[in-house]
Amino acid sequence: MKTYNNKAWWLVLPVFVLVAFSAIIPMMTVVNYSVQDIFDPSTRYFVGTEWYREILADPRLHDSLVRQFIYSFCVLAIEVPLGIIVALSMPRRGLGVPFSLILLSLPLLVPWNVVGTIWQIIGREDIGLYGWTLNSLGLDYNYASNPRDAWITVLVMDVWHWTSLVALLCYSGLRSIPDVYYQAARIDRASHWAVFRFIQLPKLKNVLLIAVMLRFMDSFMIYTEPFVLTGGGPGTATTFLSQTLTQMALGQFDLGRAAAFSLIYFLIILLVTWVFYTAMTHNDDKG
Amino acid sequence: MGWMAWTLPTALFFAAIAALLVAMTVWQTVSPGRERKGFLPISTSRGDRLFIGLLAAAYGHLLVLALTDWPLWVATAICVAGMAIIMKWG
Repeated sequence: MKTYNNKAWWLVLPVFVLVAFSAIIPMMTVVNYSVQDIFDPSTRYFVGTEWYREILADPRLHDSLVRQFIYSFCVLAIEVPLGIIVALSMPRRGLGVPFSLILLSLPLLVPWNVVGTIWQIIGREDIGLYGWTLNSLGLDYNYASNPRDAWITVLVMDVWHWTSLVALLCYSGLRSIPDVYYQAARIDRASHWAVFRFIQLPKLKNVLLIAVMLRFMDSFMIYTEPFVLTGGGPGTATTFLSQTLTQMALGQFDLGRAAAFSLIYFLIILLVTWVFYTAMTHNDDKG
Repeated sequence: MGWMAWTLPTALFFAAIAALLVAMTVWQTVSPGRERKGFLPISTSRGDRLFIGLLAAAYGHLLVLALTDWPLWVATAICVAGMAIIMKWG
């Protein structure tokens, strides 16, 4: 049997120590909190799995979870195809390449809370470009009072902020396809659709999986942008999981319940990312 | 360590996980395993099967807590049996 030199594993040690302090130890603390009722650092009582039972039966969690899944699904359904279309329309050579790359990178450089503030202004029906235009067209648009408008605005804001990331990832994937594939397609007189379906899309598969994984995780954890834009409202229409969690942990200082909530939240993300990771590595194995 | 708000059950839980990881490392060093295909739809190594078993156990416990009034040890017993099946035939 071939022997492997495992000494390189020692090089992983610094990362392990870093992850231990930034993730493992805090998560162990959260597990400890989730089985206790904590009044202050010195007054806490062991309650076993009571918080888990309560949280799993809590309609607030159910509603936020449904909202969160719908939101992440909409984000992926819009941003992934749009990102591919943008990447396919980008120039392959010439001055247009750096220009479009810089243009697409700009939204990614804007901090999350600034994005929320920008859209708070853009969405206003009196001075905002988006809100004013929609109202001028005769649509009764008001993101602060209408749940449907709030949802559309939060989605449009996310699309504005993050489609660039999908487009840039797809563009890098497209650039890595050797010219010989396109030459062969031209010889076969393949249509644009056939080139996309049988050359570009299969070659984009891994990049798209990374894009979907990143966008899913990010949209599933979204907090700042909707918090700044709508504050979770109107009512609880745009209150997603992280905001419900923050209200519970910091607003009500209900640390035990919030810890149980966080662990369930973490398990959902862990499962989905593992599925994506497995799909990706399984794909690599098949070549 | 007081700020971490330790309790005996959580300490035992993490000790068990740590012991499991050490045992798996020793097992792999003494008798290296390879990826293989069992009843799971993907080929897996021992570590993969342990991870899948632990994740399934976490969800199993949550399901029992959400849908039944069973005591927790019943869920644990079912999950340990599930883990053994995944490790052996997964």
